[in-house]
This record gives sequence, structure tokens and C-alpha cells, in this order.
Amino acid sequence: MTRGKGRRPRDGPFVNRWALLAIPPIGFLVAFFLVPLIVVSLRSVTDFPKPTGDVLANYGRFFASAANLRVLGNTFWVAALSTVVCLALGYPYAYLMNLVRPRVAGLLLIAVLLPFWSSLLVRTYAWQVILRDTGIINTFLLDARVIDEPIPLIRTTLGVMLGMSQILLPFMVLPIYAVMRRIDPEYTRAAANLGAPPFAAFRRVFLPLSLPGVLAGSLLVFVLALGFYITPALLGSPKDTMISQFIASAVQQRLDWGIGATMAVILMGLTLAVLFIASRFIRLRDVYGSIEES
Amino acid sequence: MTDSWRQPRRLLLLGLGALTVFFLLAPTLVVVPMSFTSSNSLTFPPEGFSIRWYEKMVTDRQWSTGFGNSAQVAFLTAALATVLGTLAALGTVRGQFPGKGAINALILSPLIVPVIIIAIGMFSIFVRWKIAGSLVGLVLAHTALAIPFVVVNVATSLRTIDRNLELAAQSLGAGPIRTFRRITLPLILPGVLAGGLFAFITSWDEVVVSIFLTSARFRTLPVEMWEQVRQVVDPTVAAVATTLLVVTTSVLLLALVVRRQAPAR
Repeated sequence: MTRGKGRRPRDGPFVNRWALLAIPPIGFLVAFFLVPLIVVSLRSVTDFPKPTGDVLANYGRFFASAANLRVLGNTFWVAALSTVVCLALGYPYAYLMNLVRPRVAGLLLIAVLLPFWSSLLVRTYAWQVILRDTGIINTFLLDARVIDEPIPLIRTTLGVMLGMSQILLPFMVLPIYAVMRRIDPEYTRAAANLGAPPFAAFRRVFLPLSLPGVLAGSLLVFVLALGFYITPALLGSPKDTMISQFIASAVQQRLDWGIGATMAVILMGLTLAVLFIASRFIRLRDVYGSIEES
Repeated sequence: MTDSWRQPRRLLLLGLGALTVFFLLAPTLVVVPMSFTSSNSLTFPPEGFSIRWYEKMVTDRQWSTGFGNSAQVAFLTAALATVLGTLAALGTVRGQFPGKGAINALILSPLIVPVIIIAIGMFSIFVRWKIAGSLVGLVLAHTALAIPFVVVNVATSLRTIDRNLELAAQSLGAGPIRTFRRITLPLILPGVLAGGLFAFITSWDEVVVSIFLTSARFRTLPVEMWEQVRQVVDPTVAAVATTLLVVTTSVLLLALVVRRQAPAR
């Protein structure tokens, strides 16, 4: 089936028979995934509430409104905060995984993978139960007479950030761990032998070597955070509205497809821009591949 | 390393790690005991023990049809995504063709494109194709989202198998189809099955696209939960959440086990 394959000199592109197998799935993805994305992009320059000669009218409309820009700014802010929280928790966690015996590391990995695969909606609901005014934290503090009335936890940026960080943490831990595993322990040992105190050996040798993982994880968490919908909708206040909620309400409630599609194109552009930067440091396949190595 | 765990720095690391495990697992697990409460409100620790909320879930028409719909969509998605994803993996790992990088990017992009954009895009075009709000539409949508997980799993298996086994079969006279069926497929089967299970979970837990592609007449369990979670405070939602969680976790563990199985000799 692959007779003669590989023996051919590299003289430009050539197609072998295996490639034919990819045609049905690619056709499927083009029809049911790519075409919908193209349609959305087109609607941003064809759907207008009232007829206009300006194809970019929706973009003009969008950027003219301070409230819309606040949604953009807020999305960036929440995504950045979540990235910082994930990094602060994820780096030490990955470091710990790299340090302990393989069996313990396996358990730590499962602790990351189980929530990674469990429903985002269920986890957000759980945070709701914990954070709301009659929730676990407030009930506990009221019973202990630490507070007299419930402190606002739900419908706050803090609530959104907690929920999002918990969901995004695996995307930080996995790439960092994948990179750390490839660092030869001899390097830090050599530094120690040469007289470096443990922390110096970590800071001067291990940390720089692990930075590609940090970068990959941070960019991935940030880009995924930009597109969050369920969590800010259930845990945030109207003040915390993020891009996805804006798109959903434009399409579902205001029936203003033009502005919804415009925001979708902007979100897509931001995502691609961050990914483009990310692609210079990582291969996406590696990140998802690292999920496989349990 | 053994004694050095007493060092304050290591202890700090260990403490932080324990805290992170707690942060990852505890919030979700809190829902499980709460679903067995006998009281009418969600309190923690739960008061008493009862399965009345599960009884309510099973007897309630909306919840039980939602469960059935979810299961149906997830099974069909798993089947379709497994076939298409396996073909895609074979085609991209073994195949040679121009523009392979772009094709790989297309296959993996459902993982990274913000799901709300996928949702409104599919909604917008599925309405025109008259498949919005139907089983067929939702299966097609979920399949697109699930294909990458199958491809990643199968591609990993494909890269690790020994191609000499296939060459040996061929030199012994087996044709391409027979070589695939008797040698390649059994070798990559753990990856294929694991991919199918991940596809099942992807569909089972999917909310955002489903919100747009379901209707009052045809709803999945997560969409029903999404509709009720903002109004209803009774613990039925906790029972539903636990049900979703139990199914997902069992399928995930099954997938992890399957993937570890070495192919028959």
C-alpha cells in the first residue's frame, strides 16, 4: 500500500494514498465547522439593523460605544487575572509533580485530569453553591459569628476568577509539567556540585529551562479565558460581562446579529493573535498530547 | 530526597500542592453529598440522608427526557467522531499531501476557537439547513467538537506502533485492506476506543453549542440544568450534577484504563 513511498526523492509535494482517508473528515469539518465560522464573519459585514452603504458600519457602531469597549477591557482583565492565579498555583504544582515518586506524580496528575474532564457547568454550579449568600462559606461564617451579614462572593469578579482559575488550572499544569519532565536532573545536580545553594540552582538553571512551559501554559490559559461564557454568566455581575456573554445576548435577546457577529470576529482575531504568538513557542498538539501521558 | 522533605521550602511546596488538589477537587465534590440531603434547601453539611431528589429527577419528565436525549446524542457522536477522527488520524499521520500543516490546524481548531463563536455560527447555518433544534443537528455539531480528541488519541497510537509488523504482513502476501484489518487496526485499537470515550464525554458535558442548537422540545441534560440553575434552588439540580459527574468520571476512568491496555501481544 505504500510501495515506493519514501524512496522518492524530495521533489516537491506529492500525494500518497493514505491522504485520501483524510478527505471525509476534512469535508465534514469544512461543512459543519469552517462554513459556520465563515458565515459568522460575513454576517458582521452584511447584517445591519437599518440599511447602510458602509460595510464596516457594525464595527463603527461597536467601537463608538464605551460600554462595548468596557466589555472588551473587562474580558482582558479577567483573563489576565485568571492567568496569574493559574500560574501561581500551577507552577509549584507541576514542580512538585516533577519531584515526587512516579506513583505519587500519577495521583497528582489524576487530580488534575478528573476536573479537567468533568463538566464545566457542574463545576460552575458547585462554585455557585459555595459562594452564594446562603452558600457554604457565608453560612459557615454567619454561624461562627465572624460576620453579621453575608459577604458578597457571588456576582463579583472574585467569584468569576475563582471559578475560571479552577477550570483553567489543568491547562497551565500540563504544559509546564511536560517541559519540566524533559529537563535533565543532571543540570541542577551539576549546579549544586559547583557550589550553588539549592535556590540559586533552581533560579539560575531549572527556572530558565522551564520557561517555555510557563509561556505555553500562560498563553493557552489566557486565550481560553478570553472565550469563557458559562462561568462569568453564573458567577459574575452584569459589571463582569465578558465578550462571550455579550455575543450571546446580542444574538439571543437583542436579535442584533450584526453586532454579535462583529464581536465574534473581534474575539476570533484576538484569539488568533495570541495563538500566533503562542505557536512560536509551542505546538498545540504537544499540549493536548501531554494530557495523554497519564 | 527522602530527608529533605523536612526542609521548610519543601514543606511549603507540599502544603501548596495539597491546597491546589483541594482547590481542584473539593468544589465539585461538595455537590455530591449535598444531593443526598433530606431537606428542601442546599446546606452543608447536608441534613439527613435521602434519595428523594434522585427520585424527583427520575420521575420528572423534563429531567428524564433530557437524560435520554443526552445519552442518545453522546452515543451517536462517539460513533461518528470515532470513524471520522480515525480516518483523519490515518490520513494526516501516514498521508503525504501539500498543505498538511493547514489541515492539522483545521482538525485541532475546534479545541481552541471560542465555543460561543462556533455556537452562533452553527446556529445561524443550521437554521437555514433546517437541522437546528434536532437530534441530527446536535450530533453533527458535537461530532465536529469531538473529532480532535479522537485524532489526538489515534495519532499517538499510530506513531508508536512498529511498522515492520505491517511490512511483514505485506511481504507474506496480505493486501492493504487485510493488513489494516488484521495488523494496524488491532494495534491502534486502544487509541481508537479511548478517543471514542473522550468523544462521548465531550458530547455528554457540552453546554454552549447545545444551548443554541436545542429547543424546548429537544433538550439535553446540561441544557436543562443551565435553564434551571438560575431559578430553581431545590437540590434536584445537585442530583443532576452528581449524575452528570458520575457518568463523566466513569467514562474517563474507562478511557484511561483502555489506553493503557497493550494491544493483544
